[in-house]
Amino acid sequence: MTFLAITVLGHDRPGIIAETTGVLAQLGLNIEDSTMTLLRGHFAMMLITGGSADATTVEESLGALTADGSLSVSVREVPAEQVVARGTAYLLSVHGGDRPGIVSTVIAEVAKVGGNITDLTTRLAGELYVLLAEVDLPPAADPAALESALGEVAGGLGVEVSLRALESDDL
Amino acid sequence: MSEPSSEVVGRILPVVRAPDPVLSRPGATVDPTAPEIVQLAADLVATMRVSPGCVGLAAPQVGVSAKVFCVDVSEHPKTRGHHGTFVLCNAEVVSASRNEKAREGCMSVPDLTGDVKRASRLVVRGQEPGTGAEVVIEAEAFEARALQHEIDHCDGLLFLDRVVGAHALHARKTYL
Repeated sequence: MTFLAITVLGHDRPGIIAETTGVLAQLGLNIEDSTMTLLRGHFAMMLITGGSADATTVEESLGALTADGSLSVSVREVPAEQVVARGTAYLLSVHGGDRPGIVSTVIAEVAKVGGNITDLTTRLAGELYVLLAEVDLPPAADPAALESALGEVAGGLGVEVSLRALESDDL
Repeated sequence: MSEPSSEVVGRILPVVRAPDPVLSRPGATVDPTAPEIVQLAADLVATMRVSPGCVGLAAPQVGVSAKVFCVDVSEHPKTRGHHGTFVLCNAEVVSASRNEKAREGCMSVPDLTGDVKRASRLVVRGQEPGTGAEVVIEAEAFEARALQHEIDHCDGLLFLDRVVGAHALHARKTYL
């Protein structure tokens, strides 16, 4: 089994996902995990596929998508990975007036304590900047200390920040 | 609410996982006084008791396509009011209000969690196994969420059918 990381980026229009997944299905590839969104109106999709086709074959087969230059496609082989987390999950939320360095400054504090980001979305809407990140904090990290460090840098940036435990309940 | 009958000894049954088709079929309406339903009620409670963190279990989750479930949220930290351990047959939602969103997991979908809106004020009507007596339960907060999750199971629905958005489904992480 070969795992491939495939990205499709570019000008959005109806039918991109249908065409992409049609080609992948014809090649016998199974879509393991995928995510797609619009980033500032640009189509952005990432997939991990499993199957026997190699990266070159898949990239060539997806050639029709890139023919008019509106989309770019990349395919590369990746090893199998396991979803393993250490510690506790938190949701980091930041919002405020747009200015350079919000993401890098805030996220640097997370990295300093060994926090691992497992999901991240940022949106710029007019002057408003919003960041949401899911963070795994290692057992050694002190969430209260991180929250106060985040509060300090947020104050410098003029943005609001919160860090709260992300719980899921088994029913 | 009375505790389920102690005369019948519950058996611990294996919990089935999606995509088992029994989980996606509406369960049959049952006769709550039938001996096999009283036995099923005891089995559900016994299986719930041995499953760590389990606060509810519905018949389709043990492979039986029937409208029977048990709930017990009394030990859960998010619980406000609760009715202890109970089993309901043929339960239906009478009224539901004040939706709240929270992340749910399910023993039958062990590798995923999802953000689901559920009413936090709920009135449910059903029948007790054994006597067949009709009961009306007013539940709030976490117990209300658990009841809706189990009634969904009895209707052939999983939390996956109620996730609030395409990015509201999450891989459950294995914490070391």
